[in-house]
Amino acid sequence: MSGHKMIFSGLKVWTKGRSRPAWISRFHDGMNGRGKASFSTCSPKVCIVGSGPAAFYTAQSLIKARQDVEVDLYERLPVPFGLVRFGVAPDHPEVKNVINTFTQTAKHPRCSFYGNVNVGKDVSVKELQQAYHAVVLSYGAEGNRSMGVPGEDLAGVYSAKDFVGWYNGLPSCRELSPDLSCETAVILGQGNVALDVARVLLSPIDILKKTDITQPALEALAESQVRRVLVVGRRGPMQVACTIKELREMVNLPNTRPDMVAADFEGVTEALKDLPRPRKRLTELMLKTAVEVPGEKEKRNKASRFWGLRFFRSPIEILADPDTNRTAGIRLGVNKLEGSGEGARAVLTGEVEDVTCGLVISSIGYKSIPIDPSVPFDSRKAIVPNNMGRIEQAAGLYCSGWLKTGPTGVIATTMNNSFDTARSMVEDMDSGTLDVSTARTGSQSICALLGKRGVKPVTFSDWEKIDIVEMRRGEATGKPREKLLTVEEMLQVARKNN
Amino acid sequence: MAATAAVRSSMGLTLRLSRSIPDCSICPLYKLKSCVTSVGSLQRRGSFDSFRIINRHLQTSIGLYHSEEGSSNAEDPDDVVNLVYIDRSGQRIPVKAKVGDNVMYLAQKHGIELEGACEASLACSTCHVYVSASHFDKLPEPEEREDDMLDMAPMLQENSRLGCQIILTSELEGIELTLPKVTRNFYVDGHVPKPH
Repeated sequence: MSGHKMIFSGLKVWTKGRSRPAWISRFHDGMNGRGKASFSTCSPKVCIVGSGPAAFYTAQSLIKARQDVEVDLYERLPVPFGLVRFGVAPDHPEVKNVINTFTQTAKHPRCSFYGNVNVGKDVSVKELQQAYHAVVLSYGAEGNRSMGVPGEDLAGVYSAKDFVGWYNGLPSCRELSPDLSCETAVILGQGNVALDVARVLLSPIDILKKTDITQPALEALAESQVRRVLVVGRRGPMQVACTIKELREMVNLPNTRPDMVAADFEGVTEALKDLPRPRKRLTELMLKTAVEVPGEKEKRNKASRFWGLRFFRSPIEILADPDTNRTAGIRLGVNKLEGSGEGARAVLTGEVEDVTCGLVISSIGYKSIPIDPSVPFDSRKAIVPNNMGRIEQAAGLYCSGWLKTGPTGVIATTMNNSFDTARSMVEDMDSGTLDVSTARTGSQSICALLGKRGVKPVTFSDWEKIDIVEMRRGEATGKPREKLLTVEEMLQVARKNN
Repeated sequence: MAATAAVRSSMGLTLRLSRSIPDCSICPLYKLKSCVTSVGSLQRRGSFDSFRIINRHLQTSIGLYHSEEGSSNAEDPDDVVNLVYIDRSGQRIPVKAKVGDNVMYLAQKHGIELEGACEASLACSTCHVYVSASHFDKLPEPEEREDDMLDMAPMLQENSRLGCQIILTSELEGIELTLPKVTRNFYVDGHVPKPH
């Protein structure tokens, strides 16, 4: 029987979006005339909280693994794709190609998207568990780790999460309007997010204006006085967290010159040969940049902007201008390393160093936060305690993505970790650990509940209306898209009658 | 005349059907392995005999479409490249392909679970494969951007490449491409997925 289903569902999709030949229509409707999501009276119903890469890869994997499972995605914002839309740098459009695959998943007959639903507020995890056989939490890491130093709340200090959210059009960061009138910016942390921020701060405006960066951010960056960006790490060159692509982009940034401290690289050449390949290539590129051949340097001397990695420094205090009470500098503690390699620890030497800067961006990591008191949460590790995606001591509850592993890794990492969670779920369905024998109401009862509470979900076809409007607005200014910046505007477009 | 018209109209039908197949690459089931591809895997398992006819018909249509587009003829023995994918469960999947095929898209066409998140734009490493020793050196050197992406690939090895950068040539006859066993729980406990 499942063979029949597969082929008929295939036919349905092949012909989707086009006028179907009449015989297929009849054939199809005759077999499955009840429309979407009616494959079986007792198909496993799964709900996923979130709609970023982890959510979509979990959904994709589940749908692929079982021909009967139905998956609903609940997203707090009216728009899908999470960090692909709000995290990936605007000048990395290739990375955003994943949206095409996610769109295919969202349009699958056994997948539905419900945007504008805030799980934990509009509907509880308990209520979702009653309506679905399984609930997967894939809402990511929306908090950020704080530095815990005096002056952290001064004007001119931002978290990278908010700064990235601002230039990427995250509605909650719209009002950030960072002050870019200073010459030097200090970024704390040396991961890919730190380099994204550095690159956006220093990129020629002609490059940025062809991306989907928001118009207010583009205008602010065009007026920016920032000429020098220091990317500061607690440990040494052998411990940086960024990957080589992002470092190379900095090295190759037009009209920009790297400015490193050669002394930081003492002993690095000798250590190179024993490093695993990725670390080795990354370190070699850094080394080459730090001790560049003179000819290259001359060529770049015309550069008007500078960037540099600064090592062995921890933030001690953000220094305020006594008159304006704005950020005027940062006091850094000088570290030495204990141990070596990836596990080396930074230890303060007691020596300090003050750096004059008007902008401090802390990029020391994202952090997951709990959304519902009924879900176990390890607040020390800031993840949901789980075993291969099965949330401990909570039958029917699963997790994937950064909530499961902590906020590290590239798209391939999140993909694999989400596939793992889906696999755990399929195993549990097969073994009976996850009971899917009794029918569940799924989105039907949840939508009724939301209706009573005055919450109107945004469907995937509603999102497509937003998508079209954004692309059309972008076209007018030579950008791939001009994002809508408020939830109100998104909802307004979503609810327009074509 | 009547016969000609009949032939023409039946060809029209075939062409229309064949045109609908490439569209499949944009349908959700393409990557979800449940349209062309699951039909293909059904055939591999040798069950559902009654559906084989449909399947054969679809495959003929694919061939027809390609030749119509002027790409190389799969039937020309000079153009055929035989290769083997070894999937994440260790299963060997022989594929008859042709010169010019892209290893990532070819895998997807055959229902092999090789993602291509960035769509061959060198922005991810989800199509990471291991290349058989005897063929590894026959591949053109990876460009810097590919090497940069490979550095981010989980389970990187000496013979790692990105599938999207491997274009088949006749020299690559017999190449074996192994998908890294990056996912953990599935393999550690020896679970084998049951067909649904």
